[in-house]
Amino acid sequence: MNASLRYAVPLLLGIAVLCSWEFAVRHYNVPVFVLPAPSAIWQAFVENFGTLMSALWVTFRIVVIAFVVALASGVALAVLFSQSRIFELALYPYAVALQVTPVISIAPLIMIWFHYENIDLALLLLAWMVAFFPILSNTTLGLHSADRNLIELFKLYGASRWQILWRLQMPTALPFVLGAMKISGGLALIGVIVAEFAAGSGSDTGIGWTITEAGNRLHIATMFAALGLLSFVGISIFFALSGLEYALLRRWHESALKKVQ
Amino acid sequence: MTALVALSGVSKSFDNGVEAFGPVDLQIGSGEFVSLVGPSGCGKSTMLRVVADLLAPSAGTVGFPDGRPEIAFVFQEPTLMPWARALENARLPLDLNSVPRAEADARAEAALARFGLKGFERAFPRELSGGMKMRVSIARALAARPKLLLMDEPFAALDEFTREALNDDLLSLWHEDELTVLFVTHSVFESSYLSTRVIVMTPRPGKITADIALSQPTARGPHYRLSPEFGDIARRVSSALQQTTGSTA
Repeated sequence: MNASLRYAVPLLLGIAVLCSWEFAVRHYNVPVFVLPAPSAIWQAFVENFGTLMSALWVTFRIVVIAFVVALASGVALAVLFSQSRIFELALYPYAVALQVTPVISIAPLIMIWFHYENIDLALLLLAWMVAFFPILSNTTLGLHSADRNLIELFKLYGASRWQILWRLQMPTALPFVLGAMKISGGLALIGVIVAEFAAGSGSDTGIGWTITEAGNRLHIATMFAALGLLSFVGISIFFALSGLEYALLRRWHESALKKVQ
Repeated sequence: MTALVALSGVSKSFDNGVEAFGPVDLQIGSGEFVSLVGPSGCGKSTMLRVVADLLAPSAGTVGFPDGRPEIAFVFQEPTLMPWARALENARLPLDLNSVPRAEADARAEAALARFGLKGFERAFPRELSGGMKMRVSIARALAARPKLLLMDEPFAALDEFTREALNDDLLSLWHEDELTVLFVTHSVFESSYLSTRVIVMTPRPGKITADIALSQPTARGPHYRLSPEFGDIARRVSSALQQTTGSTA
């Protein structure tokens, strides 16, 4: 399939859906507080552009920080696990517990602990909790996946633990880490929005709150505009990380081989 | 001839109770090309790993009368780092021993050129054919300037033409560098073609059942593979192997 077709087909579908949507809303006189037409959403977007953008920036900043902290701490802990079996045995079950407990159920507790004062820190913590585990889990798997024969070869040539970690285990884990980053990038965004919902009016600056408030006021078109922005951010994060993955792996990894179709 | 490696009463059994091989007594002299042949699962590869000190023997000792020589190991698979270029792969033993970069590059380049890979220094493993990957693997072993080269069925996965070409290259290398080679194979023909000495092992736990000394392989002319002399050697190795496995095939 050629490249232009790959962009043209989904684009055409999108335009077709928007047109039918616009037509259906006008034709059946659907009230604006139930389903606004695309043109109304666009209008709401333009009118509230400043507010939406500053709200988005507040949220996005926390997403990026949470993601970077999750990446650094996940990789660091995985390295620790790979060096010490005891650490892994002791901590891994708790890391799993942290992951499987739904973030929405922990959020109120975290809010209380932070007294609704340092709300950014609370949002950061909650987003980190959801973004952290895929990094930890995949990096741990990657560090354990080094070729047995290569490990033997490294030992034969007198490699230290540090050399084995740095020259063999880390590069082996790289594709695993990059895969996890694509998952965690999206999860960090979800984490911040969920936390903003849980915080309610405690956080009155982020895009999650904008959605809540617009909903309360039945400004459905603004809700849609904010939702559209959020998916745009989510997609951008995904493509940015996919680009990074391609740039780092394209020369050597099987996953980046050109597909024969 | 002084022994480079001396195994005395060496055996290896694993934690699960499987006895891999032994006890084995074996002396390998400096400059020999020794092939280990035997039915699959007879502990040949395990024995190689014990000699390389990658596995500790369960009993007996592996001695090096003149001190432990520089040892290189070549696996059945090329075992290259896929993220590293051919030169970086060949340079690995030198990097691990903190040889200065310029010297390491020069030695790795020379080793690659020696094995017909001039111009492929910057290629990644996946850009190379199976035979070329194996050449990089051998170049990596060479870069370490070993005295003792341990090879675990290195050419088993290659097609016949590639394998024959690599056999000849390995022989000239062995001759020119005065290497000592311990070569595990399950191919009667390969062992007969390459070796100065063929050791035949019994099924697991592997013991030495025949120790066949051959003429100098480098004295063998071209078309040697088709000569009656080669046929005789192959027959001797083959019949020793058949006696151990009890097969009449």
